[in-house]
Amino acid sequence: MTRNLLLVGTSKGAFILDGDASRRSWSLRGPLCNGWPIHDLSVDPADGAILAAGGSAWYGPAVFRSEDLGSTWSHSSEGLTYGDDGPKIPTIWNVTAAHGSIWAGAEPAGLFRSDDRGATWSHVSGLRDHPSRPGWEPGAGGLICHTIVPHPDDADRMWVAISAVGTFATEDGGATWEARNRGVAACFAPDPYPETGQCVHKLVMAAGEPDSLYQQNHCGVYRSADAGRSWEDVSQGLVSEFGFVMGAHPRDPATSWVIPLSHPEEGRLSPDGALAVWRTRDRGDSWERHGDGLPQKNAFVGVLREALAVDRHDPAGVYFGTSTGQLYGSVDEGVSWSLVADHLPPIWGVEAVALD
Amino acid sequence: MATIILPRSLIALFPAAPRRCDVDAATVAEAIDRLDELAPGMRNRIVDAGPVLREHIKVFVDQQPAVLGTSLRPDSTIHVIPAVSGGQATGRSA
Repeated sequence: MTRNLLLVGTSKGAFILDGDASRRSWSLRGPLCNGWPIHDLSVDPADGAILAAGGSAWYGPAVFRSEDLGSTWSHSSEGLTYGDDGPKIPTIWNVTAAHGSIWAGAEPAGLFRSDDRGATWSHVSGLRDHPSRPGWEPGAGGLICHTIVPHPDDADRMWVAISAVGTFATEDGGATWEARNRGVAACFAPDPYPETGQCVHKLVMAAGEPDSLYQQNHCGVYRSADAGRSWEDVSQGLVSEFGFVMGAHPRDPATSWVIPLSHPEEGRLSPDGALAVWRTRDRGDSWERHGDGLPQKNAFVGVLREALAVDRHDPAGVYFGTSTGQLYGSVDEGVSWSLVADHLPPIWGVEAVALD
Repeated sequence: MATIILPRSLIALFPAAPRRCDVDAATVAEAIDRLDELAPGMRNRIVDAGPVLREHIKVFVDQQPAVLGTSLRPDSTIHVIPAVSGGQATGRSA
């Protein structure tokens, strides 16, 4: 029987929700990871271990690891450093395992790799060696490598996203990286189409089409059919171009979800106090607004970068957490919604897991 | 032997480590190295790149503020304290 888990990272620890087969009844465990601020949780497909990335203001950055579905945890930051002469790393924003390795996205932006299940880490220096790096500047969330998208079949290929810098791709296992932002606007900059400087908030891959990517950006929603080499704005029809999260369907490459928020200089909140998830089923050509079950008045909430997840069931479940501690879920592919948990600390990351 | 006293929140990360232990060390840095031998990884929790003490970790030797290079007497007492200033969450979220 499938076991459903929701992994939730918050400003005050990780939480795990255990769901029944219907995905309508959930029980909460936490706070976990010693109450550390946790940006992101994920599962290592190699062995089913739960990974949690974050950082303590006292004790620095770390990746936590649990091999018993969250009952006990170990942690390590051995090697999570730019060296004694480099900038200090306060926290880790993303942890993603693929092809036998674990990858960690850091603040200030950089990438680390572990080949021993997270016990030790090494800096993937090729990303910070990119010639654009002297010009990297932080966005409101910091200079953060918040998204890691491995190629499903080719261990040498990967994309990462850095806020206020853009999307980068490697095809040689991380040795060298190419900026892939052509067609993406930096609408806040004097040059609206620079090589880098775009504020990507979330990057996702279309199911079964590794070269088809989508991104929610500070300046709109975009799609690419050529592995990010060029992008097309598909924001038309959305209530707002701005948002943080994006999720891709587990089987249908044309379906994805976003949660538009108000203008970045006007609060970054659910527009007009009405919370809604928007779905496209045609790669962004058109969008549907879905607010059934979500508060439609007096709801001024934010939803941050990593805080939307999609499970692999049919129909797919979609889940998101708010910066005011509500966790919502849908078991009909984002059409109708219900409250899964409330009164949590500010939610930073949500991951949906279905274990056989 | 100097005596080092660790905070509860640090021990929680290393369940096998004692809250209070004696270490044979001439400086604060050496004392932290001894701790790391007892509980691998503990140095990373106290010391940042530089190396320097982490911004919101304070160390006192015989009740005086100390740094990694501070010398110890054989009967020194070292307190490792998470600063009140460190209570905020890391990472601006926007």
